[in-house]
Amino acid sequence: MTKNYSGLDVSSAKIEKLWSGREDFQRIPELAINPLGDRIINAFFPEGEDQVNFRGFMRTLAHFRPIEDNEKSKDVNGPEPLNSRSNKLHFAFRLYDLDKDDKISRDELLQVLRMMVGVNISDEQLGSIADRTIQEADQDGDSAISFTEFVKVLEKVDVEQKMSIRFLH
Amino acid sequence: MLRAALSLLALPLAGAAEQPTQKPESLGEPLPGLELFRWQWHEVEAPYLVALWILVASLAKIVFHLSRKVTSLVPESCLLILLGLVLGGIVLAVAKKAEYQLEPGTFFLFLLPPIVLDSGYFMPSRLFFDNLGAILTYAVVGTLWNAFTTGAALWGLQQAGLVAPRVQAGLLDFLLFGSLISAVDPVAVLAVFEEVHVNETLFIIVFGESLLNDAVTVVLYKVCNSFVEMGSANVQATDYLKGVASLFVVSLGGAAVGLVFAFLLALTTRFTKRVRIIEPLLVFLLAYAAYLTAEMASLSAILAVTMCGLGCKKYVEANISHKSRTTVKYTMKTLASCAETVIFMLLGISAVDSSKWAWDSGLVLGTLIFILFFRALGVVLQTWVLNQFRLVPLDKIDQVVMSYGGLRGAVAFALVILLDRTKVPAKDYFVATTIVVVFFTVIVQGLTIKPLVKWLKVKRSEHHKPTLNQELHEHTFDHILAAVEDVVGHHGYHYWRDRWEQFDKKYLSQLLMRRSAYRIRDQIWDVYYRLNIRDAISFVDQGGHVLSSTGLTLPSMPSRNSMAETSVTNLLRESGSGACLDLQVIDTVRSGRDREDAVMHHLLCGGLYKPRRRYKASCSRHFISEDAQERQDKEVFQQNMKRRLESFKSTKHNICFTKSKPRPRKTGRRKKDGVANAEATNGKPRDLGFQDTAAVILTVESEEEEEDSDSSETEKEDDEGIIFVARATSEVLQEGKVSGSLEVCPSPRIIPPSPTCAEKELPWKSGQGDLAVYVSSETTKIVPVDMQTGWNQSMSSLESLASPPCNQAPTLTCLPPHPRGAEEPQAPLYPPSDPHPSFAFPPSLAKAGRSHSESSADLPQQQELQPLMGHKDHTHLSPGTNSHWCIQFNRGSRL
Repeated sequence: MTKNYSGLDVSSAKIEKLWSGREDFQRIPELAINPLGDRIINAFFPEGEDQVNFRGFMRTLAHFRPIEDNEKSKDVNGPEPLNSRSNKLHFAFRLYDLDKDDKISRDELLQVLRMMVGVNISDEQLGSIADRTIQEADQDGDSAISFTEFVKVLEKVDVEQKMSIRFLH
Repeated sequence: MLRAALSLLALPLAGAAEQPTQKPESLGEPLPGLELFRWQWHEVEAPYLVALWILVASLAKIVFHLSRKVTSLVPESCLLILLGLVLGGIVLAVAKKAEYQLEPGTFFLFLLPPIVLDSGYFMPSRLFFDNLGAILTYAVVGTLWNAFTTGAALWGLQQAGLVAPRVQAGLLDFLLFGSLISAVDPVAVLAVFEEVHVNETLFIIVFGESLLNDAVTVVLYKVCNSFVEMGSANVQATDYLKGVASLFVVSLGGAAVGLVFAFLLALTTRFTKRVRIIEPLLVFLLAYAAYLTAEMASLSAILAVTMCGLGCKKYVEANISHKSRTTVKYTMKTLASCAETVIFMLLGISAVDSSKWAWDSGLVLGTLIFILFFRALGVVLQTWVLNQFRLVPLDKIDQVVMSYGGLRGAVAFALVILLDRTKVPAKDYFVATTIVVVFFTVIVQGLTIKPLVKWLKVKRSEHHKPTLNQELHEHTFDHILAAVEDVVGHHGYHYWRDRWEQFDKKYLSQLLMRRSAYRIRDQIWDVYYRLNIRDAISFVDQGGHVLSSTGLTLPSMPSRNSMAETSVTNLLRESGSGACLDLQVIDTVRSGRDREDAVMHHLLCGGLYKPRRRYKASCSRHFISEDAQERQDKEVFQQNMKRRLESFKSTKHNICFTKSKPRPRKTGRRKKDGVANAEATNGKPRDLGFQDTAAVILTVESEEEEEDSDSSETEKEDDEGIIFVARATSEVLQEGKVSGSLEVCPSPRIIPPSPTCAEKELPWKSGQGDLAVYVSSETTKIVPVDMQTGWNQSMSSLESLASPPCNQAPTLTCLPPHPRGAEEPQAPLYPPSDPHPSFAFPPSLAKAGRSHSESSADLPQQQELQPLMGHKDHTHLSPGTNSHWCIQFNRGSRL
């Protein structure tokens, strides 16, 4: 993957210090058709910055590292690894939560839905989907999904598996 | 002789079979002329016996399931095999000859296809492809491994002198036997694993393996068989190469045949819009054609059907109507279950025929041990390799279950029966061994696998309802992973899946789905839709009367368009289990025993309502068939939805009630939609649609009214909306206000004795938390005379504005023309200008002479009624006269 990364930014010499700009990501053709492409690109960049260095890049990618057995037992004491279940979920959560208030509001949900759902679903239908989704998850009655609620609704989902990629190193 | 035996056999099973055989003799001979009765047993014999066997098998199934204890301990397949043994014994005793057995031809051509089709069609495709690597490995490598090791080991056993010398078999014979005995059998695996409920991954791996290994089994079997026939001396190197090549031809060819037919099937169903009735048939026909075609070309037929089912499902489901979908599902399950039952029973019966087999303890024991041992060894080795690549490694417990779950079944038996005794002298021994192996795996392993799974604490599959959140977020995960793979430049599984989805969306779906289906096609929407349907159905099952009407309407609506379900779901949510919606006609409840009456009333409602249900159902059928209607419905529906949303938003902001409010509204709107659609679209006599529509209408009102009840301020608006708007403008408004005031007062008695009052008195109704919407439809005709006078007075003003309510037919349609109506309510006809939709009430309801209160219990009714009451108080309406449609939502939980 370092190879591809270096492909993103040809100008820098040292991989360790590589910086990549948004445009580099946006040039990836497959990403352009990914409905969540933009948001995922944003997730790679620290807040307010337009560039990411290799370390930051790898930190983001680390979210998707599969959880290995020996890690499961290990993380009791030490700092939570980036690829823990909670961190994986938080990564996804941040894609929804644009205003970073730790809540997915109806509007934020609608935006994501609009991107992901076919063009032919009407706004009304989308709205009802969003309403229902929030209803499902909402526990404290604030008509928004907090991270706790987000985790709760996904507790039966095998996040460890579904948010992991096996990179061939 | 054979027939006589058959009839004898049939005798103990069913008396019916017996009589036909005997009568021809007694009746036929003495009467040479015109025969009054003629029994033609011979002409119906074959199908009759088939039907009889299936009947026996089904009855046996019923009997087994009478005792839950037995079926929870013993898998059904075991019971069936034992039953088969008993029946076989009876047959043998009666006929002195084994008559029935599992014929390979019958098995492969008729019994196997339904089972495979069922499993392929309902295969969880995502799960399947997620684990495709493992499945393929186990199916191909595992089966080859099992076949060769078992065959070789048996040969070694023979060389060691542990197999009796009368078993005349060489290495090739043993390899042939190994190839047929090594394959895990889909029927057996399915039968046992379905009852065990191991986790999905484990199940899909074992089951997928059993399906896909068919290709390997077929190839191995054929290659070995031909080698045996040629004689080992004549086999040349090129034959081995051909054998390897044929593996690819058979498997890939089978899969290709399946995919071609899947394509054809999907394409065909795209054009069945006007002939919905044959849609289910097409699915079965083309899938069966795929099976036969593959069989004809001696490709892997199982693979072909599996791929056909797997490939076509998405498109077929999108194309065919809702009812066809249900039909396909049920028919498939019925056929598969029937075939499975018969297979196991026949297996038992076949085992009785001792003339076909010869026993050799060494061979039998050796085979049993070897297949268990090599299966386990193979699984461990392969899993070790696979775990190097798997995201989620298979742990030891999984491996144990996989090894132990390698059940052999009818496929092996049918294959061994097919052997040619002249070429394979040891056939009888092989048959006996196969029977023992099959029985051992199905009975012993089948019996013990459940305790084993419990004991090992294997992760069980959790049955949880799909939730919208899960679906949505899992989609997000997929996109994230695909994007990350893109960024990293690693073209892995997610990359290709994403590619495929793009391709499918761009080309395949467009080609294979009818346009209407394609446009609405979306998984998230699907889940949403299904959830709503499920909620509606479960609610109806629980006895929600109003909902029942809604539930029935749902199918009638264009499947994807119906937003109506939202409302139902919401209702359920809000009200919880306690919520009941009664759509009732309230008869006169004047007496002080209002409560009792009301209770009775509610009880009756259920009964009264049923005919209406049927009605609807029939109507809905027509709806479905008409395209124009669908379109119109859609439009209406969307308009309604918009309106609903607006109102929803407004209410949300205004009222803090949280979620409960929006839901009731939704339902109402839905119903509206349904009604509106029916009205608008159907030129039919309204009588049919009336009741249904009326019910729908009621709900609509309820939504807004509910809101009103919540906030007194809003009441005015709502009431207006609710108001029988169609008719009176100013009066309506006043009424609404009045009602609002009434609502404020909790005491129901304020209102003169009317059906509504009675309901108010009911304790649950009095609960303020409840929202009730009442729609009163007044049909002068229907209304009792005493009521009519008062009613008429009140209505006269209204009538001038609106068309007289007297006529059933005009009611709904009339409304639109009203100035009022235009503004406020009628969602279907007019775009939602008003936040509060008003509803037209079909006179038909009134006709019935009863008022329907939709929501069984509650205050909501009162609220609605109150407006009416205010209106009517002056007129002195008697309770019976007015027909009120009320929808009550129990909102006990809410406030």
